[in-house]
Amino acid sequence: MNVAQSTLDQVVLVEQTKPPGDTDKGALWDSIFRNTTKFFAFLVFCLLFGIMLTLFYGSLPALKTFGFSFITSDAWNPVTVQFGAKVPIVGTLVTSAIAMLIGIPLSFGIALFITELSPKWLKRPLGIAVELLAGVPSIIYGMWGLFVFAPFFADNIQPWVNDNMGNLPGIGFLFQGPPMGIGMLTAGLILAIMVIPFIASVMRDVFEIVPAMHKESAYGLGATTWEVVWKVVLPYTKIGVVGGIMLGLGRALGETMAVTFVIGNAHDISTSLMMPGNTISSALANEFTEAVGDVYTSSLITLGLLLFVITFIVLACSKLLLIKLAQKEGKQS
Amino acid sequence: MSFNNRLYFQRRLVNVINLSISMFTVVVALFFLGWILYTLFLNGFHGISAATFTKMTPPPGSAGGLVNAIMGSLLMVSIATLIGTPVGILAGTYLAEFGQTGWLAPATRFINDILLSAPSIVIGLFVYELAVHSVGHFSAWAGALALALIVLPVVVRTTENMLQLVPSSLREAAAALGAPQWKVVMMISYKAARAGIMTGVLLAIARVFGETAPLLFTALNNQFWSTNMEGPMSSLAVIIFQFAMSPYKDWHDLAWSGALLITLFVLGLNILARSMFKNTSSN
Amino acid sequence: MDNDIKIDVNKLNFYYGKFHAIKDVNLKVPGKKVTAFIGPSGCGKSTLLRIFNRMYDLYPNMRVEGQVMMDGRNVLDKKEDLNMLRAKVGMVFQKPTPFPMSIYDNVAFGVKLYEKLSKTEMDDRVEWALQKAALWNEVKDKLGQNGASLSGGQQQRLCIARGIAVKPEVLLLDEPCSALDPISTAKVEELIHELKVDYTTVIVTHNMQQAARVSDYTAYMYLGELIEFGDTDMMFTKPSRRETEDYITGKFG
Repeated sequence: MNVAQSTLDQVVLVEQTKPPGDTDKGALWDSIFRNTTKFFAFLVFCLLFGIMLTLFYGSLPALKTFGFSFITSDAWNPVTVQFGAKVPIVGTLVTSAIAMLIGIPLSFGIALFITELSPKWLKRPLGIAVELLAGVPSIIYGMWGLFVFAPFFADNIQPWVNDNMGNLPGIGFLFQGPPMGIGMLTAGLILAIMVIPFIASVMRDVFEIVPAMHKESAYGLGATTWEVVWKVVLPYTKIGVVGGIMLGLGRALGETMAVTFVIGNAHDISTSLMMPGNTISSALANEFTEAVGDVYTSSLITLGLLLFVITFIVLACSKLLLIKLAQKEGKQS
Repeated sequence: MSFNNRLYFQRRLVNVINLSISMFTVVVALFFLGWILYTLFLNGFHGISAATFTKMTPPPGSAGGLVNAIMGSLLMVSIATLIGTPVGILAGTYLAEFGQTGWLAPATRFINDILLSAPSIVIGLFVYELAVHSVGHFSAWAGALALALIVLPVVVRTTENMLQLVPSSLREAAAALGAPQWKVVMMISYKAARAGIMTGVLLAIARVFGETAPLLFTALNNQFWSTNMEGPMSSLAVIIFQFAMSPYKDWHDLAWSGALLITLFVLGLNILARSMFKNTSSN
Repeated sequence: MDNDIKIDVNKLNFYYGKFHAIKDVNLKVPGKKVTAFIGPSGCGKSTLLRIFNRMYDLYPNMRVEGQVMMDGRNVLDKKEDLNMLRAKVGMVFQKPTPFPMSIYDNVAFGVKLYEKLSKTEMDDRVEWALQKAALWNEVKDKLGQNGASLSGGQQQRLCIARGIAVKPEVLLLDEPCSALDPISTAKVEELIHELKVDYTTVIVTHNMQQAARVSDYTAYMYLGELIEFGDTDMMFTKPSRRETEDYITGKFG
């Protein structure tokens, strides 16, 4: 130790007592800071109920006029002021169902490729590509659907579908109708492309939590990659996979712009998927600012409330399933 | 053990077929991504010129640009970010730093995750009831508020996640020096999580920049230059919607140019956010 | 043990939820000496150390009973000012924990919390602390660099410097060398020797040789109980309890 330092030591020993400092203030600030953050967390907590209550309040005129038959009525006539939610609800469910039917297998294939098959150097670029697909704004999907995909679909795919699937026994009626390009099927297809990144990335994440030992023991018995995925990885992660699917479904149900462009905005229920239809969100996007009169506006708000309730249920299930998987994972490790 | 050749062959075949299908799905997804980006560049690029950034949106049949829409988007997105970010960071801080006990943190976390995926058009309706219907006119404030409500859950989520990545040993070390908790959070946790939180904010901006649905009933649209937050304001996304749904060829072209601008901006922000996070977290 | 008693532990019990982690511990830690806590992992030695500065307050579901007297005050008293207590009791952790800021700011961090010093006073204090931690010569030209840019051993000494810069009376070291290479370990041990002139030091270690090298007194703990406490030389040559002997001669643990 040099001289300078030992003099410093002297100084230290002399003034060993601490200045009083501002510790009382410290405790006060602690509670201020803590309660400020708590307040804002509470605000987020209230937001959901605020949305529900506000929409419920907005939908009162329509509910008073039509009662709960609003949900089952297929009327939609601004002139006679008769409104019902059946057409948009059915449209929402049908387009989302198509999206799931196509999106789930595609997402599963992609997640399987990224986690089990892809060479290491390709994983990152593929991950980025999936994220890009998720990052493209939905209005771009809508425009692309309207200007590029719908004409292509009408010219090249629909005639073939008409000819070959329109006569199938039992389900043929689904595929009959003029090749217009726009309609429920097109909307469902575009939704399918949109939800792929959401479902695929959840699937990829949950596949990656499967302990290597589980997989290795199956490989050790001579199982093929497919058997490992189908019989070990999928059963192990099925809760999370369903959670991811529900998340994608929640997105598909509420998606507005991509659907509005290509759905055709027709308030009819057609048996054919080739025909134009309507969804809750597209009805809102198309009609809300043009709606005249309390009951018309209120009917649209009621549609919004219904959409919110449906997506809330689906997303809540998704979240609960994913939490359940995380807990199971926590227990095992 | 008897070796069943046929069974083995079948299993191998199933494996090969299914793995091929898996590869095919990746090709399909990449094909659509490529197709969308290709059309976007093809149609959007030739329409972009100096006029795009200097002229107003035109009536059909005459030349013009998108400057009022670009301005409106930037203005509303900026205000939305300024509102949503601090609120989101504070709420996220509660979840990560103070939420170990009580019901509020788990309940808020759950609700926030639902808001994260809630239909944006419903947010638009909510803000319409709250800030348009009650005052009787559309306004850019309402638009910014709707966007802020979409920024909020993204920021809450990333703030919480990033703060949870800060090792508790760092907090303990600061507390062991006698730092009160608020100073530990402000001076240590935020500093350590800064890059991650910034990434979240950038991703939130990228997300709302392309949002159309929440603006339809709040900020509405405006054919003219306006910086009046009390009145309707145009935005790139809503202009694209209006122009693309119209029957006019020159409006279509402008819509494509706007679409390309939005996509470039959004994807650029995405890439920036991710590379920033990667750089600082590898240090 | 004729020295002044700095920390007096009375009938201390500690629970993590339902788990009884510290069982009825009585212990008198002498002032300005080095006391080591040894024992197999999970025996409660780190927990005991963390009670001394009430680190457990950061986490929910923890409960403590008994008394820990320091300078005539019970630190477990709910009314005790936690931040003041922690400023008086420095702590160094198992792994280096440099804050995400410059070397200078790291050392000055704790000081700024409690003292308002001029620029030159602060410079002096930072230099003094870094000198004490035997790090000054290695970092004096790069005080503005991020603390994370130092090597692991340097980071740990930076954390020690940060701990002593606030001039605590007690220094708690929680396995401070477990993440360090032998050369850095030697430096830290040397430092502990020098520091005991001014500070009451308590060190938790799983390395018995280290306890023997650096400490004046040793406490052996097992399953939450204090088995034996006494003069280090005595403990390692003639332990009075059979369990202690088994542990230090390596029969288990």
